[in-house]
Order: sequence, then C-alpha cells, then structure tokens
Amino acid sequence: MEVRVRVPTPLRRFTGGKDEVPAEGASLRAIIDNLETRHAGLRERLLDDKGEIRRFVNIYLNGDDVRFLDQLNSKVKDGDEISIVPAIAGGR
Amino acid sequence: MATRSQSSRQSLADAEREFVPVARAQSVLDLIGNTPLLEITRLTAGLIEPDVRIFAKLEGFNPGGSVKDRAARSMIMRGIESGELTAGKVIIDSTSGNTGIALAMVGAALGYPVELVMAANVSRERKKIIEAYGAKLIFSDPMELSDGAIRLCRKIIAENPDRYYKPDQYNNEANSLAHFETTGPEIWHQTEGRVTHFLAAIGTSGTVMGAGRFLKSKNRDIKVIAVEPDDAMHGLEGLKHMASSIVPGIYHENELDSKIPISTEDAYEMVYMLGQIEGMIIGQSAGAAMLAAMRLARTLREGTIVTIFPDFGDKYLSTNLWIGWQEWRQEQWRERLAKMIG
Repeated sequence: MEVRVRVPTPLRRFTGGKDEVPAEGASLRAIIDNLETRHAGLRERLLDDKGEIRRFVNIYLNGDDVRFLDQLNSKVKDGDEISIVPAIAGGR
Repeated sequence: MATRSQSSRQSLADAEREFVPVARAQSVLDLIGNTPLLEITRLTAGLIEPDVRIFAKLEGFNPGGSVKDRAARSMIMRGIESGELTAGKVIIDSTSGNTGIALAMVGAALGYPVELVMAANVSRERKKIIEAYGAKLIFSDPMELSDGAIRLCRKIIAENPDRYYKPDQYNNEANSLAHFETTGPEIWHQTEGRVTHFLAAIGTSGTVMGAGRFLKSKNRDIKVIAVEPDDAMHGLEGLKHMASSIVPGIYHENELDSKIPISTEDAYEMVYMLGQIEGMIIGQSAGAAMLAAMRLARTLREGTIVTIFPDFGDKYLSTNLWIGWQEWRQEQWRERLAKMIG
C-alpha cells in the first residue's frame, strides 16, 4: 500500500524540506516504521518510549483523528492521505 | 484613559515608587498588571535547599486571563500615541491565542475593530473567547503553525495597507517595554529586591527581555534565563524553539544568561502536579517554566527564583494537554518529580 503523508513544518528538516512524502505499509504503525527508514529521526518525534503516539501529536487518516480510529493499528489502503499535525500553534 | 494605563507609561523612577492594587477602575485596561506572586512550597519541599525559594507570578489574574494583556495594552496605546492607529482602522495581527484574546479585549475596551490570523489548530476555547470580544478570526494552514499565520497576516495587510494597524508583537519593542515598565518593577517590589534569578518561557520573548532588562538595571548580578521547547516538534502552545523558528526582532539572545530546554511531556506532567499538589490549574507554558525553575533550584544552595505562569489552564481543557492524564499517578509524584529535575 502506498500512501501520501503530509508533513508539518517542524518535521520538514527530516524530509529534505518536502511537505508531502510517500510511504508504504498496511497499518499506521507500518507506515511510521517505513517513514523512519526513509527519513531517520521522524519516528521518535511521533512516538514515545513505549511506542505510542506522543501526546501532543495528532495524526489524521483521510481527515479522521486516529485516536478515534484504531490508533497505530488503524488499517490503511492505497492512496490514503495521512496528516501529521502538532497540537500547537507556536514554533515553526 | 484612567490611572493604570497612564502608570504603564510612567518613568523608571516612578515605577519603583509604589504598588497599590486598583480597588476601583473605570476601564478594564486599568486592571492589567499588579498580579500576585505565589511561593511554591508543597511541590518543592524536600527537593530543594531550604534557602532556595521559588515564586510564580500568576499572570492568569489579568482581566484577559494572561500575561499578554500587558503587551497588548502597551502596543495599542503606543500605536494611538504615535498616530499609527487612528479611528476607523482595524487592529490586525497573527497570534497563537493569548495575544489574540488580549488584543480583542483591549480593542473592545477602546472601540477599535480587531481581526486575528491564527493557525486553525489553536484551542477551541481561545477561538470562542476571541469571538466573544467581537473580534474576527481568520484561519491559516495548521500544517504551517504560527509561521503560516505570520505569512497570511502579511499578505492580508499588503492587499490593503491603509486599512490596518498591526501591533506586531514579535517585532514591536512596546511588547518588551510593557514588561520593563510593569512586570519587572512588580517583581522587584514583590521580592523586596531579593530576586536572584528570573526565568520566563519564550514565545515572542517580550517578558524575559523586558522584565529581565529591568531587573538587571536594578542589580546586574540577577540571572535572566529563557525556557524553551527542547525540539522544533513540540506541544507547548505559545512557545518558540528559537533555533528552528523565525526569530522575533525583539529577541536579543546576548542579554540572556542561559536557556533551559524542556520537553513537552515533562511540562505536561508538571501541569498535572501543580493541579493536584498546589491546587492550581495552569497552562503548559507555566508547567515548562516551573519545571525549569526546579531544575535551576537544584543547582543552588540559596537564592530567590521568580518565574512567570503566563495563564491558568481553563483554556486548554479540550486540548492534547489533558489526553491520557488519568494515567498519571498522584501517589508517585514525588519520586517522579525528583527524577524529572535530576
């Protein structure tokens, strides 16, 4: 499955400045693992020590907050859009 | 304009003279400032030396609910004085929330329309409060965070430059001047000149710059310290990670003695502790400031540390700050805190 991942400004230093990158995997967890192999450093910005989504990070799958879906186990399919949005307005 | 707003422009010598809380006012603007200083004792007991004291200035007591009331009043009054803000103009700015609330309040109290550009992901409570003051909200792309709001605001003004007055909190020295004239003197007075360290979390940096400058003018040995998020990707609303941000024009890093980085998760946890141990619900920037104050306190044998709690926590109850907080275990807080402050 290939999906498009929208990247917020503070994480674009890991994606060579790109605001959208492709990733592969069948679940959100697999997508994040795959993102890490392509853009090292991303996973620890998204997940905590226990491997859960960090409290201030919101991830949307086709516009729906994954906290209200199946969290990291949420299934993804070809062409889905994932957005990473920090829960703040400060910073860059 | 009544007494307090005149006093906000008073000279340095006058600022030292007397602090009398306003008992009766004619404008909400006269109620800005003169906030109380609270010594934090329960959270710190046994964790810091007995001769080290930590005080928090509770800016949530301002009428608009945050430290930003001071800067908003200062910038708008100076805009009127300089002739840049005239009747019929609209006050516009980009803001992550508290400044928006403050500008909306000051604008309403003086009869100026206000339009605010903010990232669409700021908290619901803040948006509603701003609308309740009669101001108009314009949303920028949440993926671009506050820098997106700054850019959109510039574009709107460029299309119609004569219509707007932009206080520009990031680049307007009237922002830090508000703290040089009010916050700094209040701290000096409230600690009877005993303050040895002043810490504040940085967003525009107005508080740490202005109050820090005043305190150093009274005693150059006072250490002035900025508290900032530990990474560009953080969840401390209103704060800036300077190394990765558009640096505010009023920020002068050479005036700081040091900076203390704080992680989002630790700051959130400090918010939970302050609620349950001190009986005070504050915002996440205050959590970051308190944690930094305790880390600093651990390195001292004696001293009087003053930090700023920019607001109370009621505006954040619907935000990520409170996601999963029930997992936080009160009975282990002291052990956990000892670990957090090193």
